[in-house]
Amino acid sequence: MLAALYVSKTGLSAQDTALRTISNNLANVSTIGFKKDRPVFQDLLYQIDRQPGAQASQETQLPSGLQLGTGVRAAGTQKVFTAGGLQVTDNALDVAINGRGFLQVLLPDGNVGFTRDGGFQLDANGQIVTASGDPLQPSLNIPETAQSVTIGTDGTVTVSLAGDTGNTQIGNVQLVDFVNPAGLQAVGGNLFRETASSGAPQEGTPGLNGLGSLEQGTLENSNVSVVEELVNMITTQRAYEMNSKVVSTADQMLQYISQNI
Amino acid sequence: MDRLLYVAMTGASQNAKSQAILANNLANVNTTGFRADFAQARSMQVFGDVMPTRVYSMVERPGSDLSPGQLQQTGGETDVAIEGEGFITVMGDDGKEAYTRNGSLFVDELGNLKTSTGLSVMGDGGLITLPLYQKIDIGTDGTISIVGQGQGAETLTQVDRIKLVDPAAGDVSKSIDGLFRRPDGLIEAPAPGVKLAPGFLETSNVNAVSAMTEILSLSRQFELQVKMMKTAEENDETAARLMQIS
Repeated sequence: MLAALYVSKTGLSAQDTALRTISNNLANVSTIGFKKDRPVFQDLLYQIDRQPGAQASQETQLPSGLQLGTGVRAAGTQKVFTAGGLQVTDNALDVAINGRGFLQVLLPDGNVGFTRDGGFQLDANGQIVTASGDPLQPSLNIPETAQSVTIGTDGTVTVSLAGDTGNTQIGNVQLVDFVNPAGLQAVGGNLFRETASSGAPQEGTPGLNGLGSLEQGTLENSNVSVVEELVNMITTQRAYEMNSKVVSTADQMLQYISQNI
Repeated sequence: MDRLLYVAMTGASQNAKSQAILANNLANVNTTGFRADFAQARSMQVFGDVMPTRVYSMVERPGSDLSPGQLQQTGGETDVAIEGEGFITVMGDDGKEAYTRNGSLFVDELGNLKTSTGLSVMGDGGLITLPLYQKIDIGTDGTISIVGQGQGAETLTQVDRIKLVDPAAGDVSKSIDGLFRRPDGLIEAPAPGVKLAPGFLETSNVNAVSAMTEILSLSRQFELQVKMMKTAEENDETAARLMQIS
């Protein structure tokens, strides 16, 4: 059968993957702390039909051979860790990371997950938890009598207690960083997990050693640019259409030959 | 049987091969840094004793289109595009130098600078390995400067330089893994004139419209060959009828 059919089929499935990535990015345009994905395409192996430079005879060489490409594949998706815009919410338990770093949360299975989503809440015990109820690590409990909570740029958490004039420090928020954040595994729920490719987490105080500082009363928006995604969607759609046009052209060729011979 | 049928048959089968090259170009219309392949046909005459009428066709891929693609802004700090001509040097799977236009780079867990397809990028002195950093900056000539972890912006240090090369068009050709290599095995010298655009990626240089048009024209050519085969068949039938004793 015509090789063009199978080559275009790889083009169709790659554009399909690209569109899926774009639609996931667009669906998460308002997700706090979301980092967009970028599809990575790679050309598949080339088949050598005739080796360039092979001897055509004792004295002559083939000037150019015939190498046939076999299409394209989506080699993977790459998380893009550019910063999202900061949005002021004035909520005392909202923190955004201004710079590099991740917050740590304890997952129900006992592992530590990493997130850029700093929209925290309190659970029934006064513990600081994420919107899905996973406690922040190292864990922090806000006393019942607390009137207000202050989270400093270096992660120091202080509360003012009822009937007390001074402030009491109850703990610190620590950040972690990775050598290759793009190697983290996104597991959904705004969470990332450590992998062999990301390297080990290095914990530190916010604002020091290259880690970002914490901004209380602020949230980090998704870093998805709607315009960019829409433009990508147009090019993906057109590329898909052209590949499907090749499929139908190859089909017509086969149809023509089977009807005429 | 008339040999016309075989001449037409090679025409059709070689058309199908050109079609595969163009379909591969179109499939890679969104592949970062992809270079389109050319397809051309050459006449291969096989003249016998009598009338010199048998000219078969042979499809070749004479080379790849090295004209630059469009630059697309991404803002990524390790994304680079080459402005104009030139290549980024990477280490191929065979441990030797290979050249690519894919400037979508990242730093892996050991600090090695790699392309998005997992190939290690070569610097002026071998593979590029970066110390822990908080900020990375790639200059227009490929110079990589970093601010080390826990240091201020005043400590921006130059660590390495991406090896950029600019081989003559005839010196490199595409290998089976899609990377460009020198067929003669020589090592290309760094070219100071190659310019990078940091924060950009280069699109594929496939011209979708012309590829599409060529595919349609090849499809018509293919139909012409089939028509010739049909004609050969009809000629045969007529000849056979002449011989029949009615």
